[in-house]
Amino acid sequence: MRGITKRFGDLVANDHIDITVEPGEVHALLGENGAGKSTLMNQLYGLLQPDEGEILVDGEAKVFRSPRDAIAAGIGMVHQHFMLVPVFTVAENIALGAEDVRGGPLGILDRRRNRRDVLETSRKYGLPIDPDALVENLPVGAQQRVEIVKALTREVDLLILDEPTAVLTPQETDELLGVMRSLAETGKSIVFITHKLREVKAVADRITVIRRGRTVAPSNHPAAALDRTEGSAFSPDTSEDELAALMVGRDVNLEVTKTPSEPGREVLKISGLVVDDDRGVRAVDGIDLTVRAGEVLGVAGVQGNGQTELVEAIMGLRGIRAGAMELDNESLAGMGTKKILSAGVGYIPEDRSLDGVVKEFSVAENLVLDMYDRPPFGNAFKLNPKAINESARERVTQFDIRTSSAEHAVSTLSGGNQQKVVVAREMSRPLRLMIASQPTRGVDVGSIEFIHNQIIHERDSGTAVLVVSSELEEVCGLADRVAVMYRGRILAVVSPDTPREEIGLLMAGATSPAQASPDAAQEAAAQEEESE
Amino acid sequence: MSTDVAETPAKPAPPQKEDSFLSLFLKNLWSANTVTVTFLSIFLALVIGAVLIVISDSEVLSKFSYFTARPSDALNSSWDLISQAYSDLFKGAIFDPAAFQAWFDGTGTWQAAFGPISETLTYATPLVFTGLSVAIAFRGGLFNIGGQGQAVIGCVLGGVAGFAFSLPAGIHLIVALLFGLIGGALWGFLPGLLKARTGAHEVITTIMLNYVATLFLGWLILQKGVQDPNRSDAISKAIKSTAELPALPSPLRVHLGIVLAVLVTAGVAWLINRSSFGFELRAVGVNPPAAKTAGMSVAKTYTLLMVVAGGLAGLGGAVQVLGTADKLTAQVAGNIGFDGLLVALLGRNKPWGTLLAAILYGALRAGGNLMQVDVGISLELVTVLQALIVIFIAAPALVKAIFHLRAARSARLGTSLAKGW
Repeated sequence: MRGITKRFGDLVANDHIDITVEPGEVHALLGENGAGKSTLMNQLYGLLQPDEGEILVDGEAKVFRSPRDAIAAGIGMVHQHFMLVPVFTVAENIALGAEDVRGGPLGILDRRRNRRDVLETSRKYGLPIDPDALVENLPVGAQQRVEIVKALTREVDLLILDEPTAVLTPQETDELLGVMRSLAETGKSIVFITHKLREVKAVADRITVIRRGRTVAPSNHPAAALDRTEGSAFSPDTSEDELAALMVGRDVNLEVTKTPSEPGREVLKISGLVVDDDRGVRAVDGIDLTVRAGEVLGVAGVQGNGQTELVEAIMGLRGIRAGAMELDNESLAGMGTKKILSAGVGYIPEDRSLDGVVKEFSVAENLVLDMYDRPPFGNAFKLNPKAINESARERVTQFDIRTSSAEHAVSTLSGGNQQKVVVAREMSRPLRLMIASQPTRGVDVGSIEFIHNQIIHERDSGTAVLVVSSELEEVCGLADRVAVMYRGRILAVVSPDTPREEIGLLMAGATSPAQASPDAAQEAAAQEEESE
Repeated sequence: MSTDVAETPAKPAPPQKEDSFLSLFLKNLWSANTVTVTFLSIFLALVIGAVLIVISDSEVLSKFSYFTARPSDALNSSWDLISQAYSDLFKGAIFDPAAFQAWFDGTGTWQAAFGPISETLTYATPLVFTGLSVAIAFRGGLFNIGGQGQAVIGCVLGGVAGFAFSLPAGIHLIVALLFGLIGGALWGFLPGLLKARTGAHEVITTIMLNYVATLFLGWLILQKGVQDPNRSDAISKAIKSTAELPALPSPLRVHLGIVLAVLVTAGVAWLINRSSFGFELRAVGVNPPAAKTAGMSVAKTYTLLMVVAGGLAGLGGAVQVLGTADKLTAQVAGNIGFDGLLVALLGRNKPWGTLLAAILYGALRAGGNLMQVDVGISLELVTVLQALIVIFIAAPALVKAIFHLRAARSARLGTSLAKGW
């Protein structure tokens, strides 16, 4: 792609971007949220048309009016949000849009041939999928595999993956990275859009960094490890710190700096807690936990091991089966979310766009979402718009929320800034306990640093903090003690300085062989591979 | 890290040349904002309506058979018919210059001059209430199809209180209105509670309660003590004058209900935008999980919201009986509940928008009466016009494509009511 420029009104989303992808390479496209990565790739896939510049495929200039043209030219794309029909089978989904039909335009679908093609592709590239399974019953990782196989059956040479790991568990991520490598070995090119540095380091052959719609040229950065012969791309030897700095345009502190904690009284005490998930399956299976004032307790674990249910139970969003939860010796069970929040508990939910913010509401309204009926923002009867707006203006500055006005809908903000709205809301009232679930998921590097510092600041002011994250680095960086959760139980509480491999093994349930099932062993193996 | 990398924060974009007010106004006028689309929808409906008027008139249509020989015949007579029909629509709904002239000359009365606008407001009044009922429910994420049933119950309780009690004037009226309000609120509370407790979809339950309410009314007005003893058909005793909404002198029909409607609109606007309950209902309306996470009770909000929505529709029913109808008949509530759905859609579920939409509906109805009398175009054409307007409003993309409107910057032109399912 040469000199690609795309404007949306006054905003220049892509400003003369050059990028070359060689056959058989994994090319990472790295940048903060809103840097213009997806816009660039949507033009390559024909979803958008560039205002300037040209796209060359094998040296030949092409114009893509629609994805159909792009696919014909051998370019496929897997979107961040999957384009699958949940009630169709895997084979049906893969055939969708390119159905094999017998007997003319009104003929019958050739299901058998579809199925065979799917199996063949699946075998050829080592991507195991069951063609007869319904997509809605598949875990996210498997759905993504279906999308990849779908693109591969169209015989593409270049596959674009748009933030493919954002929705995956660490295990699924590692699998995907492996798939990407093996696809590259068969000669396919892969463009991997991401803002996760570790994954880039693990898999990319070359890296292009995009910042505010422009490629960051290596020539400007003598300190970065360059490969000048390769145009604007960086080699994967560039360090994570350097890449992060390139993305945001300044040095970023990935390590969380903090002083040793000074734990005080026991604020949250959980004993023998048992919680079921939505399907009635045991999710939390007898947990004992204590969080003290002035410390951060991190809960590490692969997602889906009961962390979500644990947090929801504490917040009164989910009923409990057995056990006790106490906040400063007062029972939380049956208290109701509203009372729990007003008792001085702050909550950053794991799913920001579903539970954290009301996207249609303004920044100001979201900043009082759980305080609108408390003075000074209002009472049980009416709101006080003046107090709401004044406090919003203050907090927008204080928490560095990037928006031109607090009146704007939260949906106009980037993911990182939306999360800052949640953080600002929960941390601007006196707290006894702070619960942060996946506090930096889908958040750009600059905001991650800010949010981490806010969490440590909250700890230092004497609040008990519970951090749940599936990013092991985040847990170890923030926490003073790390509890490892596996299948609804806490396997161990360890120091954050424990070697990562050891915690990784615990996350896979490895210390209790009695419990470990065959797939747990597989997970453990995957963890081992990753830690090598 | 090299200092080259550290870049100063992006300079603020150079201040843009301020557009003049006029050019900004024109730019926004031609963007696909809600106001533009609404007006263009009305315009399109009138254009299609014109075609229908010509087609439905056999005399004019016959002139089209020799169109190629003398096109002026067909075109002139079509134009005459259409302009006559639409000017009648205007005269019947807003004002008739001839009547004003007559009033100034002393040959006519002021009542005749203000007759059209009085008719418009009379038809609009109950629709404001039922429209607000649908609109507020929708803002809270509920699709209140039950406006009709709630209005019918409002008619029944308001009407019965109007003829069964003997109270001083004024107090009697207030009591009767309150009865209508409470009746509608109860009729809304039931589906609200069912939704909150069991998850029963409010569309199903409110539709069923519409039947219950309508059939109950049909049964009630034949009962002893309710039925007018001097009549053998299904008609109730007349409302006592102490419970009637004060109206302008006859033949003008407009009554105090329209003032009440404006006040209630202001109240609903305050409730939605400025009250704590309004904050809750708006949050629940667009994102129930986030509302729950923020400590709000989604179930409580749904129940209370349906009580409020039902109360509004019930009040509309009571106003209809106490202001216009004066007695209960099987058709006393007409179609006000269902028209309320369309009025709310046309008003984009905003209180003041709903008020304006109700007045437009009233105007079409009042003007349609004259059109029917004068040109002989059936009143059904007005219904067709109303339907066309709603169809265009519900499909903004169509209007945008027809007029090549540019996409509005922030106006979200979702198919507002269609999303309710």
